[in-house]
Amino acid sequence: MSNKFFENPVIKWVEYRLPIFSFIDESVGSGYPTPKNLNYWWNFGSLAGIVLTILIVTGIVLAMSYTPHVDYAFESVERIMRDVNYGWLLRYIHMNGGSMFFILVYIHMFRGMYYGSYKEPRELLWIIGVFIVLAMMATAFMGYVLPWGQMSFWGATVITNLFSAVPIIGDSIVTWLWGGFSIDNPTLNRFFSFHYLLPFVIFALVFVHLWALHVHKSNNPLGVDIKGPEDTIPFHPYYTIKDLYGLGILMIFFMFFVFFAPNFFGEPDNYIKADPLVTPPHIVPEWYFLPFYAILRAVPDIWFISAKLGGVIAMFGSILILILLPWLDRSPVRSARFRPIYRQLFWVFVVDCFILGWVGANSPDAVFHGIPFLWIGQASTAYYFAHFLFIIPLVSILEKPKMPPESINAAVTNKGAAS
Amino acid sequence: MMNPMKNALLALGLTLSMALTLSAGSALAEGVKLPERDWSFNGMFGTFDRGSQQRGFQVYKEVCASCHSLRLLAYRNLAGIGMSADQIKAVAAEFEVTDGPNAEGAMYTRPARPSDRFAAPFANDNAARTANNGALPPDLSLMAKARKGGADYLHALLTGYKEAPPEGVTLSEGMQYNTYFAGNQIAMAAPFADSAVEYADGTKATKDQIATDISTFLAWAAEPELEERKRLGIKVLLFLIVLTAMLYAVKRQVWKDLH
Ligand code: HEC
Ligand code: HEM
Repeated sequence: MSNKFFENPVIKWVEYRLPIFSFIDESVGSGYPTPKNLNYWWNFGSLAGIVLTILIVTGIVLAMSYTPHVDYAFESVERIMRDVNYGWLLRYIHMNGGSMFFILVYIHMFRGMYYGSYKEPRELLWIIGVFIVLAMMATAFMGYVLPWGQMSFWGATVITNLFSAVPIIGDSIVTWLWGGFSIDNPTLNRFFSFHYLLPFVIFALVFVHLWALHVHKSNNPLGVDIKGPEDTIPFHPYYTIKDLYGLGILMIFFMFFVFFAPNFFGEPDNYIKADPLVTPPHIVPEWYFLPFYAILRAVPDIWFISAKLGGVIAMFGSILILILLPWLDRSPVRSARFRPIYRQLFWVFVVDCFILGWVGANSPDAVFHGIPFLWIGQASTAYYFAHFLFIIPLVSILEKPKMPPESINAAVTNKGAAS
Repeated sequence: MMNPMKNALLALGLTLSMALTLSAGSALAEGVKLPERDWSFNGMFGTFDRGSQQRGFQVYKEVCASCHSLRLLAYRNLAGIGMSADQIKAVAAEFEVTDGPNAEGAMYTRPARPSDRFAAPFANDNAARTANNGALPPDLSLMAKARKGGADYLHALLTGYKEAPPEGVTLSEGMQYNTYFAGNQIAMAAPFADSAVEYADGTKATKDQIATDISTFLAWAAEPELEERKRLGIKVLLFLIVLTAMLYAVKRQVWKDLH
């Protein structure tokens, strides 16, 4: 912001009492220095923030016409689709917005893993991120139950039943979660309540996430620290305009689905009203849970731990293990650009995640060219954990990294030598 | 730097296509491929064929309505298939609905009004089951969205009956063999043959034509917003493409002095 702006008497008056304008300026304005070499992978965080806002706004308006009751929920959603002005648009934006949010955040996380953004001094920033994904998953899971279709009901049944795997008190936990002896009206009511609450918790977490970000500023594709003002450019106008351009691209992608393939990410069965007496032939979660669903079903009985309990532990463990990542990786070099071995293994890991997603979409009894999906799921689950527990620690010690450049400025003014 | 970018886009494309082809499906016979038909409402500029929609409504009214409800639709919604207010009033008046209680506290029946939901053939599911040998004819309002393949599935189902089951398959009591129904044994008898209806507009009522028309009508019943959605979508996308191109130009301009 220009000095002229701060000389305006009204601005001055407010600023003296509440320094909100300088706060904004130092957060996302010309007063926030940003590495000058960020590539487009650094757009995904702000895009996720915008989609979160879109989800909250559409969600609040949807809630004005939604009825959280087992007898009316399905019909009330159809009323939104048919009788509320532009209700179909609201609902399709909210529905597809959920998928967009996960696409963006998953890319955002892979970005962090590739460029070593989780490393010192950004460990807490990363860990807050892990709590954000966990909160997102809980929110999305409960939101999917609200339209009270067949997949809503049976997905909720499968997932809540997992808690019965907890020794001794498992069944009591499940009854407590349900608010009764089956998934019924009390369950739907509490899920609605939580689905309304959690996005605001996510919002608060994002705020803390950004607070931590602003202490040490963004990492960058080279992974070297900011050494001085010659390494940075002001956030505004450079990254505001770059983020806006990225937003345009996202919106084209997002709106294509909203208007032309609104049910692409959904399951046809969710247009059948929930029926506790009819189990659908295949119960599948939404696409963004598929890798975790594969991990859940991959674990066999191990000694005294039942397959169910083992699966639940592995599923939650697959996310919680990310918290340890800053300490599992011992390499002093952040960016994979200078880590020839890790860079290859990063892509192997990405492929492994896709394989898990594919396995999650198929029944474990099904076979792929003679190989049972169960085996593929077990192998890729084992690899998932091995990546974190063995591959990353070992590679980070054994690999001989290339020499990162002296500074961002040195690399940028000497183009070609760096990448 | 281009390399990871390309890889990730590739990966994203892969997931999307995976989600499309591999996610386990709902009721549909294992291992059969649905014939894909060239519906007028396919594609980004698709609209419903009005004539086909109206013939489809005639089929629903004369054939399917004796077993299947369409409870998410009101008579007034028929404006969406091009019927006039007077036509809608006349259609509604053919049906009786229960209303009340009146001033004396009694329920009574009256002719339906455009604002009423479609009258259902049975009072409740149990009555519907009793009349259909224990099988429940499902509500058809969302059928086109509730099955993989949508209108393609409906057309295939309605024309996919076999006189006799293939060798080695024995049908249960009261069941028919259908190539496309999940499990192949369906409790609904083939609902129509050639010339089962006489179209008001003179179209020849072949079995295939009837199936096409009722499928079009049911696709509309499930997504009455489809035409408005696609029309608005084109405008939104065009706007976004122009806006994004402009933002890109501004971005280049702002960053020019850095490079
Ligand atoms: C004599 C009663 C009767 C008539 C008339 C009838 N149906 Fe059905 N229909 C049924 C029954 C019963 C079922 C349940 C079949 C089952 O579950 O095996 C059914 C099921 C269906 C299904 C669901 C198939 C699935 O995938 O689950 C569709 C779609 C359908 N009917 C469409 C129609 C259409 C369109 C018409 C009018 C052309 C029609 N039906 C006429 C009795 C009828
Ligand atoms: C609601 C979801 C999220 C939102 C809105 C969000 C938002 C942001 C924003 C705006 C930035 C700065 C811009 C950028 O670097 O991309 C950022 C940075 C970061 N985020 Fe997130 N984030 C979310 C989830 C996550 C998750 C789930 C993780 C990882 C587990 C994560 C890890 C990080 C890290 C490590 C950084 C610093 C990156 C760097 O500078 O290299 N974030 N986030």
